[in-house]
Amino acid sequence: MAAEMEPPPLGDAGQTDFREIEDGEGFFVSTVTTLESPEPSSPDPPSMPAEGISTNGPKQEDISLDDDPEDLFAEATEEVSLDSPEREPILSDGPSPAITPVTPTAMLTPRMGLGTAEMFERSLDEIEEDDSGDTFDMHIAVSDPEKVGDGMNAYMGYKVTTKTSMTIFSKNETTVRRRFSDFLGLHSKLASRYLHIGYIVPPAPEKSIVGMTKVKVGKEDLSSAEFVEKRRSALERYLMRTVKHPILLKDPDVMMFLESSELPRAVSTQALSGAGILRMVNKAADAVNKMTIKMNESDAWFEEKHQQFENLDLQLRKLHASVECLVCHRKELSVNTASFAKSAAMLGNSEDHTALSRALSQLAEVEEKIDQLHQDQAYADFYLFSELLGDYVRLITAVKGVFDHRMKTWSKWQDTQLLLQKKREAESKLQFANKPDKLQQAQDEIKEEIEELEGKVQQGEKDFELISKTIRKEVSRFEKERVKDFKVVIIKYLESLVQTQQQLIKYWEAFLPEAKAIA
Amino acid sequence: MEYDPKHTSTVVLKPFSQSHGVGVARSVSVDLNNDASLLIDIPDALCERDKVKFTVHTKTTLSSFQKPDFSVPRQHEDFIWLHDALVETEDYAGLIIPPAPPKPDFESPREKMHKLGEGEATMTKEEYTKMKQELEAEYLAVFKKTVQVHEVFLQRLSSHPILSKDRNFQIFLEYDQDLSVRRKNAKETFGSFFKNMVKSADEVIISGIKEVDDFFEQEKTFLLDYSSKIKDSTARAEKMTRSHKNVADDYIHISATLNSLSVDDNTALKKFTNVEGRVASDEELKLTELLRYYMLDIQAAKDLLYRRARALADYENSNKALDKARLKSKDITQAEEHQQQCLQKFDKLSESGKRELTSFKGRRVVAFRKNLIEMAELEIKHAKNNMALLQGCIELLKSN
Repeated sequence: MAAEMEPPPLGDAGQTDFREIEDGEGFFVSTVTTLESPEPSSPDPPSMPAEGISTNGPKQEDISLDDDPEDLFAEATEEVSLDSPEREPILSDGPSPAITPVTPTAMLTPRMGLGTAEMFERSLDEIEEDDSGDTFDMHIAVSDPEKVGDGMNAYMGYKVTTKTSMTIFSKNETTVRRRFSDFLGLHSKLASRYLHIGYIVPPAPEKSIVGMTKVKVGKEDLSSAEFVEKRRSALERYLMRTVKHPILLKDPDVMMFLESSELPRAVSTQALSGAGILRMVNKAADAVNKMTIKMNESDAWFEEKHQQFENLDLQLRKLHASVECLVCHRKELSVNTASFAKSAAMLGNSEDHTALSRALSQLAEVEEKIDQLHQDQAYADFYLFSELLGDYVRLITAVKGVFDHRMKTWSKWQDTQLLLQKKREAESKLQFANKPDKLQQAQDEIKEEIEELEGKVQQGEKDFELISKTIRKEVSRFEKERVKDFKVVIIKYLESLVQTQQQLIKYWEAFLPEAKAIA
Repeated sequence: MEYDPKHTSTVVLKPFSQSHGVGVARSVSVDLNNDASLLIDIPDALCERDKVKFTVHTKTTLSSFQKPDFSVPRQHEDFIWLHDALVETEDYAGLIIPPAPPKPDFESPREKMHKLGEGEATMTKEEYTKMKQELEAEYLAVFKKTVQVHEVFLQRLSSHPILSKDRNFQIFLEYDQDLSVRRKNAKETFGSFFKNMVKSADEVIISGIKEVDDFFEQEKTFLLDYSSKIKDSTARAEKMTRSHKNVADDYIHISATLNSLSVDDNTALKKFTNVEGRVASDEELKLTELLRYYMLDIQAAKDLLYRRARALADYENSNKALDKARLKSKDITQAEEHQQQCLQKFDKLSESGKRELTSFKGRRVVAFRKNLIEMAELEIKHAKNNMALLQGCIELLKSN
């Protein structure tokens, strides 16, 4: 099935990266050779670069850039480096996807991680230096949803406009057209690169089969218009959140997404694709994994933060539920107010006392206007408040995922250590083996393995420390962002409430003289 | 007041006149007659389980009463007894009998209390306290409402030139022992059931009868039409105020959760929820209750028309009987007498009916005016409050 097809791309992509590395630093040449043989035993990471993967169809067609799938990243590098000198150092030793296949067995081969982690650390520092120079000034707008095509193959195209004064971008203003699966593809790429080393990658908006089917079928009603608007707004927030992250902003895929006019279709994001099924399998494996890893937490900070995030998750979910309730009730209120307005108008009509009749009709009008107010308020309730909460609930899931990755990294390290121990024991046992002719060869082999494992243990420790450090930084950034985000939204929301109250005052003050005029 | 969801409790409410201010409580019905010779109010009420005990206080200068100032305890059923007694009095056929006060309905707050008890585990302490407070406020609102309608019923009677002199009314006000002996027993309840059936038959009569008087013709058309419209409006107004209350309740949950997130200072949001809740209950008091009361009142006016229509039908029947008697030359005097009686009754009904209906209209217009003004003023006041609160909150957040 699709799984069998996947290993080659792993190898390919791996090779590509090492080509970059070799260009830049020339690290770990020996490890390149081991990667060239595909490993059928290890399934691919849950989210592979979309370009390299096709499900059952031929891969070549999906790749618009080049015939040679291996050259994907090389291509990207060249394309991008033409634009600005600043980008080059970042890319050549920059965040290459340290693809860590996720399997239930501890015996993983993060060969690439060996090379990239150290470079990464260095480049991280460089990137931070860059940050101080170029202040964040960017605005992305997602607009103009347009239906493309017909029937079940139809989709919504969105216009993505990027306005920025930052020098890393080639132009001040770029406009491209993207579809939903493009966004998902971008997210899956970023997630595969950054999540397992501790970066909190903002989650993409959720799929909705029901919503999209309605749109595809061409149902031009209120609910499908609402659905499109909801999605558009979510996509915009997603992009803004992604670019606000200093590391993600500089990722080549992000830049490509924002700037290049054509993007290869991300088919692996389809729910029923081979990659999709693989994702589900891996998610299940992950869940089992989490339960079996028992980590000795030496760092109190992580313990505390973990607990904090659990709490936050609960509270946010609760709040989200309450706000959704509020939206629902307010919509109800609007409906009931409208129906009352109609009834009051009829009552006014049948009233034979003229002044009272007029007052009742006025009352009906006021209530009608108020109904409109309620509708608008419900809209604000939803878009400002409820969606923000939904975003954060999903973000927290990403944060928890990052903590889990740290656990996994620790567990890998420990497992490697155990393995080393076993090998050392095996070595000492060899002394008592009674095959003297093969002894030397066996001893050499074991020595080699031990050396290798020692290196791996060291790397594992470094990985663990790195991910811990990254997470600390990420968490503090996340907290700052969260407080800012919430504050901004709550202020906006309160202002919307204030406006509603102002309108109410206006309406009732206009009504009052009518009521007083009843003689 | 301690509301324990598991046990019912006795609640004593302090004199309403203190919380309302004298005169404000009588909102849905307005006294066109400024006669101070008989003043009635309900200063106090007690709630025991399902039963509400009202303290009916009378101040009078009339000599027909034994004392100038006295109070008696009464239950809702006593009010119903009085109402039915008045309706059944033939002499009052030409009058609009004020509608009986509806039974005190604690269903909604009781349901909420139950839900609150069940959901206690999932809420924070603060949220629970807040919800309890809201619940208490709602109980209080229901109380206020029921006391008001019972009070208004008595005041309508006391201001009516004829009904205020009714013997049963006097007994109701004065009799310092339990009225239950005089109240409906099973037989009488059965009788009233039949009466209701007759009434629906009356509706057919009233719409079919040929009206001789222009005034009544107009009134009939108007009342029939208005009655159905106001019933509709009342129902929708009820729905509206209930939705409003739901929204206010949601804000309670939200502010409680926000608090535990300690994202920002939530006291303003909490106050906002208070005000929202109050808007909903004030709206209800002014608008919904107004409509509900007049819906019932219009029913009473329609009842008057029915009685008159029945009298007219009787009169026409007596005419026919007289003609038949004259034909047969039998029992002519009897028939003539009967006819005279019917005519008299009909005329009396018509005369007093005209008076009643005219004053009814006047009363209605004034009451609507008063309530609509008060409601608009309250809405404005609350909206201004809300705005001030919210702006304060925004200032606080921005300054942080």
